[in-house]
Amino acid sequence: MTTRHNPLSPHLQVYRLPMLALLSITHRGTGLFISAGALLIPVLLMALALGPEAYNCVQSCLASWYGQIFLFLLSASLIYHLLNGIRHLIWDLGFNLEVKSAEFSGYLVVIGALLLTTLLWVLVCTQYYGETL
Amino acid sequence: MAEFRLPANSTVKKGKYYEAEKNAGNVKRFKVYRYDPDAKENPRTDVYEVDLDRCGPMVLDAIIKIKNEIDSTLTFRRSCREGICGSCAMNIDGRNTLACTKSIAEIKGDVKIYPLPHMPVIKDLVPDMTNFYAQYASVEPWLKSSSPTPPADSERLQSKEDREKLDGLYECILCACCSTSCPSYWWNGERYLGPAVLMQAYRWIIDSRDEETAERLDALEDPFKLYRCHTIMNCAHTCPKNLNPAKAIAETKKLLLARR
Repeated sequence: MTTRHNPLSPHLQVYRLPMLALLSITHRGTGLFISAGALLIPVLLMALALGPEAYNCVQSCLASWYGQIFLFLLSASLIYHLLNGIRHLIWDLGFNLEVKSAEFSGYLVVIGALLLTTLLWVLVCTQYYGETL
Repeated sequence: MAEFRLPANSTVKKGKYYEAEKNAGNVKRFKVYRYDPDAKENPRTDVYEVDLDRCGPMVLDAIIKIKNEIDSTLTFRRSCREGICGSCAMNIDGRNTLACTKSIAEIKGDVKIYPLPHMPVIKDLVPDMTNFYAQYASVEPWLKSSSPTPPADSERLQSKEDREKLDGLYECILCACCSTSCPSYWWNGERYLGPAVLMQAYRWIIDSRDEETAERLDALEDPFKLYRCHTIMNCAHTCPKNLNPAKAIAETKKLLLARR
């Protein structure tokens, strides 16, 4: 019989994760990130309550290059998580559970997330530069 | 919280190197996980050079050749050599499968062989399956019926349609490739039943001859036993019999929802 002295066989260290598993862990990761990113809402509300100086400070932070990168990643994560969440709902209804079809819907989610994020940021940039020019 | 790293006593060290004979033609390297419970050392990876010109086509042929001709201490389970007993389930080339049905020619580069992942290792490629079998027993995988037993010259009848519902479920050989490929089972294997056992639970739930469907569903209504499945689908991806535990689990969740 095994005891606590017996070693544990390697798992993450040796398993070649299939694309479906990578999409699943991405769903977790983006979920955690957008949960943390949701703190932005109370921060904005507090800044709003504290007056124009505080609000301008937050605004300039978000307009800086690192703020823009943060917002880009946040929006991309939100869109991916939303689309993949729809995929989870379809699974819960009992559809799309064959490996091949699940892989296909996975590619659709990735392509959809890339397209929608690009579209969003094209809109954001045209709006932003439209105002400043 | 899941522990992603291996414990200190489980990290894998570099092992011995066994060169092929000088006149070997078609040499392939097999990197095999070794653990000797008597040595009080960490596990290691031994490398064996095998002449494929003098070896059968499957990975099992190669490790039997290693045991017979190179290193008789190599320990692994095997029996039927035709994919029906499930004994030689192991992690080959990063995926769980049966050594007897995995062709060496399919593998590019060196052949890396580990025991089934995230299991206590008894020796070399032999994991301790106690928990897995106890979990299988916990779903009471036998027919339960309070109807009178049919007379000796007759049977419990089932329509063709009802019988078809068991296809894709009864073929499972309980090799544990799926359960030990599942990250949820890695992190919560003590409480989550895992894909193989859940598929067998479902196999009895939808059997028209079984009369304890409600009790079987009750037993699964638990945050850990069933609902740790997050549709990662490593189970269906890795199954050497091409079965789909993920689908069986989704159907079980649907049945639980439908009876609310």
